[in-house]
Amino acid sequence: MTGVRVLAGTRKGAFVLTSDGKRDKWDVSGPHFAGWEIYHLKGSPADPDRLYVSQSTGWFGQQIQRSDDGGRNFLSVGNEFSYDGIPGTHQWYDGTPHPWEFARVWHLEPSLHDPDTVYAGVEDAALFRSVDGGQSWQEMSGLRNHDSGSSWAPGAGGMCLHTILLDPVNEGRMYAAISAAGAFRSDDSGETWRPITKGLRSETMPDPEAEIGHCVHRIAMHPERPDVLFMQKHWDVMRSDDAGANWYEISGDLPTDFGFPISVHAHEPETIYVVPITSDSLHFPPDGRLRVYRSRAGGNEWEPLTAGLPQDNCYVNVLRDAMDVDSLDECGVYVGTTGGQVYASADSGETWSAVVRDLPSVLSVEVQTLP
Amino acid sequence: MIRVELPAHLRTLAGVSGDVALDLPADGPAPVTLGEALDALEASYPVLRGTIRDHGTGRRRAFLRFFACKEDLSHEPPDYPLPEPVLSGREPLLVIGAIAGG
Repeated sequence: MTGVRVLAGTRKGAFVLTSDGKRDKWDVSGPHFAGWEIYHLKGSPADPDRLYVSQSTGWFGQQIQRSDDGGRNFLSVGNEFSYDGIPGTHQWYDGTPHPWEFARVWHLEPSLHDPDTVYAGVEDAALFRSVDGGQSWQEMSGLRNHDSGSSWAPGAGGMCLHTILLDPVNEGRMYAAISAAGAFRSDDSGETWRPITKGLRSETMPDPEAEIGHCVHRIAMHPERPDVLFMQKHWDVMRSDDAGANWYEISGDLPTDFGFPISVHAHEPETIYVVPITSDSLHFPPDGRLRVYRSRAGGNEWEPLTAGLPQDNCYVNVLRDAMDVDSLDECGVYVGTTGGQVYASADSGETWSAVVRDLPSVLSVEVQTLP
Repeated sequence: MIRVELPAHLRTLAGVSGDVALDLPADGPAPVTLGEALDALEASYPVLRGTIRDHGTGRRRAFLRFFACKEDLSHEPPDYPLPEPVLSGREPLLVIGAIAGG
């Protein structure tokens, strides 16, 4: 391992932050695609030089950019995301039927094995796949055409498919999460899907334990133990030990269990990270103190990580795709804030420092551990 | 020849500076239409597909407007004939991003 490349998507462009294995000196390049919203960019696990970027604005719509050289150069590829067949309707905020309308790509998940295959989670919620390096996109409509699809409703941020997890062990198994429809699993490479929400409880729903309607914010897994899933729900931090079939709460002694991202340590499958946020109406850390919380027990028992993070007058948020880890021998943890900071810890979260402090609002942080 | 003036972000995306020149006849059997000009623009610069008009529906994106010769053409149909000064290249067809947001 030679170093890390941190890919930061922001409200006004993409930034690429690189460092060697020490992670104390950083080179910052960008803004790439200045002025555009970069919801997400991510590298291929099969070829670290292959990056995919979601670039959009309300004015000019969606672009997908691809890099074949680790982010030095980019190429516009396909930007047509057409729903399969006659898309029908989902439920609008007021309960009325609303046509499915493509708005943007929230999340890009490159295949674990093939650099030319990449999945896209979009708003209005649907899953697309490209097998030609992003040149063309086909909807994997088995998800949206699930029996429950017409009842899905948007969260405050829109009806987005924001989480795609690919199981590296169980052939054909993948996960998707949608705000505010819930979480789904496929065991046949995305052909068919089933909700995996048993055990979730959302008090704001008419039936708090309904199968559909939970506002799942993020799901994470450790690649060596893919049947164990960790979820940051709107409220509640949850865990499943059986690939989502059943969930139980692990919020434990967190100061608040509202938040957006959740990540797993690269080498310790029972070590997880969350960033508690005050509430769904107060999207900033409790007491003006930015604290990443770590559990080394797989949940319930949490410790605040504060060294190097602002502990006074801090009122930023950390969005669902804005935390990641590297897989160097000493695991690095990275957090991007809506205040434009990217904080890095080279020691599993014990100490932190700002790689950059004044970027546009950070939407996503993805980390590549370079060979 | 028709000249099209694009918003800055679309010029960057298309890799052009200044106006885009489209080789469309000024003296054909029928005047070039707004839709034909946009078709030609997208054919010359495929990266612009979906940025001005939606894929599929072909509808103008909500935050963009079309102007020419001090006239707002934004609500004109695709078969709207472009005015003579645009056809002759003396005036550009303007694609303008709405002034909104930050």
